[in-house]
Amino acid sequence: MSVSQSVNAAARKLPAWPLYPILLFPGFWLFWTVLQNPGPNPVEALEHGLGEYALKLLVLGLLVTPLRDLGGLNLIKYRRAIGLMAFFYVCAHLLVYLVLDNQFWWDALIKDITKRPYIIVGVLAFLILIPLAVTSNNLSIRKLGPKRWRQIHYGAYLAVILGAAHFVMLKKTWQTEPLVYLAIAVILVAYRIPKLIR
Amino acid sequence: MGRFKTALKYSDITPKADFLNRRQLMTGAAGMTLAGGLVTPAAAALNAAKSEWSTTEEPTSYEDVTSYNNFYEFGTGKGDPAQYAHALTTDPWSVEIGGLVNNPGNYALEDILKDMTLEERIYRFRCVEAWSMVVPWVGFQLSDLIAKADPQGNAKYVAFETLMRPEEMHGQKNGSFPWPYVEGLRLDEAMHPLTLMATGLYDEPLPNQNGAPLRLVVPWKYGFKSIKSIVKITLTEKEPPATWNLINAREYGFYSNVNPNVSHPRWSQASHRVIGSGLFASKEPTEMFNGYGDAVASLYDGMDLSKFY
Repeated sequence: MSVSQSVNAAARKLPAWPLYPILLFPGFWLFWTVLQNPGPNPVEALEHGLGEYALKLLVLGLLVTPLRDLGGLNLIKYRRAIGLMAFFYVCAHLLVYLVLDNQFWWDALIKDITKRPYIIVGVLAFLILIPLAVTSNNLSIRKLGPKRWRQIHYGAYLAVILGAAHFVMLKKTWQTEPLVYLAIAVILVAYRIPKLIR
Repeated sequence: MGRFKTALKYSDITPKADFLNRRQLMTGAAGMTLAGGLVTPAAAALNAAKSEWSTTEEPTSYEDVTSYNNFYEFGTGKGDPAQYAHALTTDPWSVEIGGLVNNPGNYALEDILKDMTLEERIYRFRCVEAWSMVVPWVGFQLSDLIAKADPQGNAKYVAFETLMRPEEMHGQKNGSFPWPYVEGLRLDEAMHPLTLMATGLYDEPLPNQNGAPLRLVVPWKYGFKSIKSIVKITLTEKEPPATWNLINAREYGFYSNVNPNVSHPRWSQASHRVIGSGLFASKEPTEMFNGYGDAVASLYDGMDLSKFY
């Protein structure tokens, strides 16, 4: 039995629901660590850490299809949990920005959201993800029909690119780590383009 | 050997009030040095004299000051300098002083320090990334060193250069950054009594990650102006290049005075996060010239600071 066959066999037996607590754990662990040992800049550590988890999960969610096409792995039943947890981390990241970093200082926040390109890009990614999260359930698929539902969820392609761009733009120089995320995001989206054009 | 005496030229513009204040201070410092024993920079405790230029604000913890740094020579992460800077050899160290001076030369650091008075200067430090610390530096006034070099009449700027040694500073192997790091000040800024050449912090020699063995500290400017691990000081007639300005002139001006009214194009400079203040502390409003306006605002009289940012 090949690796992909054994993974698929295991996946048939393993339910998706444990993925929610499993993917929640790194976020709680980060929050706990920052509470225990704040270090020089705990707000930044939490804000950046949660943002990076969000980006990792967005990338992971977009890996499901290429893994099936190219590696014969069928992980589709886990994709909803990955996507919803990505959205959870985006919300947590945004909440830390609003509550801990800026303490609802609306004057500054409004200036940030209207004037700072990397904030605008991040907020756009968040807004795009809202309808995706809201329709990540069986009822929505049934109501919308698979075609309409899939069109809404193409938003993930734009969101992952904007998310990675947001990371690239907040650094003072072109840095390797955010550029690697952006490159991966672009490759994963580019992989879909031939299918979308057809 | 007594203090070097020279006829100052451009540097005479130090305000008279500051000059008088400085004399009082030196008298006090001499007394304290006698009381505290000889100042020996190599010793663990530097026994630096207190200074009237110090803020009364609570200093940031030693741990935070020495573990949260921007020093791209050792990597772009805040923790990279503390992790990798131990590789740097800081002894022997010499500084090449040249350009428009009457006493050019390649000076051993210990020879420079022989003639300098070390003081403790507790300064606010504001990074361009909108965070701040309070650091108890130990150092001498740059004005004393420049006076010793004896600037010529046409000298108007001071250029600084960081060590270039990729085998010890692994970040310098990153070819996308224009190494070595360079910075510059106008001569009157360099001669200002607040402008410090630091050799220590918390009464100890500078840790490598903070720019050992000799760095600039200009507390009313964004932190990147305070160039670290200096090996070259050159007096020039024209405005010298500054690394971040070369990388992105729109985002980092030559002056880079702390200014809450001029945003970085990508983020606001109106407030900053205080390092070590914890998870639930709010940001603090940033003050013009980082709160040193009374002492330095007159340096920029008549200048449009939104243009000369």
